[in-house]
Amino acid sequence: MGKRWHKWLIGGPPLLYLTVFFAIPTLIMLVASFRHPGEFGGLAPILTEDEAGRRLDLTTENYVRFFSDLLYAQLFLKSLWYALVTTLLCLLVAYPLALLIARSPKRYRDVLLLLVILPFWSNFLIRVYAWIIILGPQSVFLGAFNDLIGLAGLAPVQVLYTPAAVVIGLVYVHLPFMVLPLYANLEKHDPALLDAAQDLGANAWNRFWRVTFPLSLPGVYAGGALVFIPAFGIFAIPDILGGTGGTMIGNVIKQQFLDSRDWPFGSVLSMVLTVVAVALAGLAAWFARRSRL
Amino acid sequence: MRRPAWLWALALAAYAFLYAPLLVVVVYSFNDSTMNAQWIGFTLDWYRKLFRNEEMLTAAWNSLLIGVVSSAVATVLGTMAGYAMYRFRLRLLPLMVVAPIAIPEILMGVSLLIFFVMIDLTLGMVSIMLAHIAFCIGFVAIVVRARLAGLDDSLTEAARDLGATPWQAFRLVTLPLIMPGVVAGALMAFTLSIDDFVITFFTAGPDSKTLPLVIYTMVKITVTPEVNAVSTLLMLVTLALILIASRLSPGSLKAR
Repeated sequence: MGKRWHKWLIGGPPLLYLTVFFAIPTLIMLVASFRHPGEFGGLAPILTEDEAGRRLDLTTENYVRFFSDLLYAQLFLKSLWYALVTTLLCLLVAYPLALLIARSPKRYRDVLLLLVILPFWSNFLIRVYAWIIILGPQSVFLGAFNDLIGLAGLAPVQVLYTPAAVVIGLVYVHLPFMVLPLYANLEKHDPALLDAAQDLGANAWNRFWRVTFPLSLPGVYAGGALVFIPAFGIFAIPDILGGTGGTMIGNVIKQQFLDSRDWPFGSVLSMVLTVVAVALAGLAAWFARRSRL
Repeated sequence: MRRPAWLWALALAAYAFLYAPLLVVVVYSFNDSTMNAQWIGFTLDWYRKLFRNEEMLTAAWNSLLIGVVSSAVATVLGTMAGYAMYRFRLRLLPLMVVAPIAIPEILMGVSLLIFFVMIDLTLGMVSIMLAHIAFCIGFVAIVVRARLAGLDDSLTEAARDLGATPWQAFRLVTLPLIMPGVVAGALMAFTLSIDDFVITFFTAGPDSKTLPLVIYTMVKITVTPEVNAVSTLLMLVTLALILIASRLSPGSLKAR
């Protein structure tokens, strides 16, 4: 199968498809971020005609607008912060799960792992929506709690439509992305290392903190990247669970494309989002590679 | 193996966290109340309403159609991509396969919106399918590529030694051996397509609502327990698909 044309016969069609429906649209969006918005939304014509003749009408004013208005930088920082808190909380919840599965007898591992993935297979919006019921002020869960603290004269706790609800939704939806790489890493650890640490007098905490955890860092970074990137750009969760204060950068991108219909500026926000997310993922990959040495 | 009690306790809490919301949705789908707050009594009304909901049924049909077509095309293209990545050195292909998975989903949604409007393609079923195929190819390719990596190359070589053409060797030896991976990839593509919200949101026209889009509107505007009923049914369908998948190819579920 060494013939040169075989390679293009088999690899060509998927490559062509992804070029047309992924690479080219991304490039078009990059160009769109330098264009003028159209009169009725969308994009203005890319060619203008004046005395000097026809020429490309491109502008950097969309980027100038982005960098000169602190509001957008703040929005990015806020989204970064939400995504970061989500990643850390995911790590906290996922670690014991992954550790338990990795240290279970082989024949139970698949079932325990499947139990983690199973909720993940049901529709994303439904999993987010479920939290409206749970976090609602009158819900069976929070309602009873609020009645109780009401007796003590305290104001009822409002969780739904606050940033806290957004973060809970983000953690819930992204949890399996953290469990899987962590488990894949922890499963490979040699139990003899823990025995050795014990023989040398390490207690349970030291065995975890000085043996297991450092060895699991590649898994932590991988899971971190897998949680962070989608959490950073999301708009449905803040839309459903967050109030006006829970808005993230994804919501503003959505607004620019659908409500304001300012596509060039929406493109600027999307490009910045992608560059930041990919840069941070690259950083995580770099850390993962370094910690393996 | 060291599994102290605190580890069990924390893991159990995490499992409860994973399942509580789903359980709540199922239980409330039988609640005889228009609010999602209190349990009033048992009813099947929400399911009855659901089956008379024209918009919902159309959306379910759209989702199914898009899912079948997109996953079929994505499986063929993804299998080709996985095979090409395994056998040949194509520098651009692995990048193009992984990039749509690695970047924020919203980027793909909005860039395809601009692209489709630019080439004057009416937003609708076709544009949704074209978009879904694009993001499913990578997932199929990765699963197939992983399956190929576990394959013994000498089997294909033996077929070649016995006089099979490359195509025969692929069709009669390699393809049957990687079939579980291909099926797993196809099912994954189908679920991804049925579930996708973000990319569909930007590439759907006004007359081409899919189930996630209708659910999104319902959840945002009027929270009625009808949503619980749809959700419960969808969970059942997904569960059935997973059971079929695990029958067809044990171990393939780990791929996702």
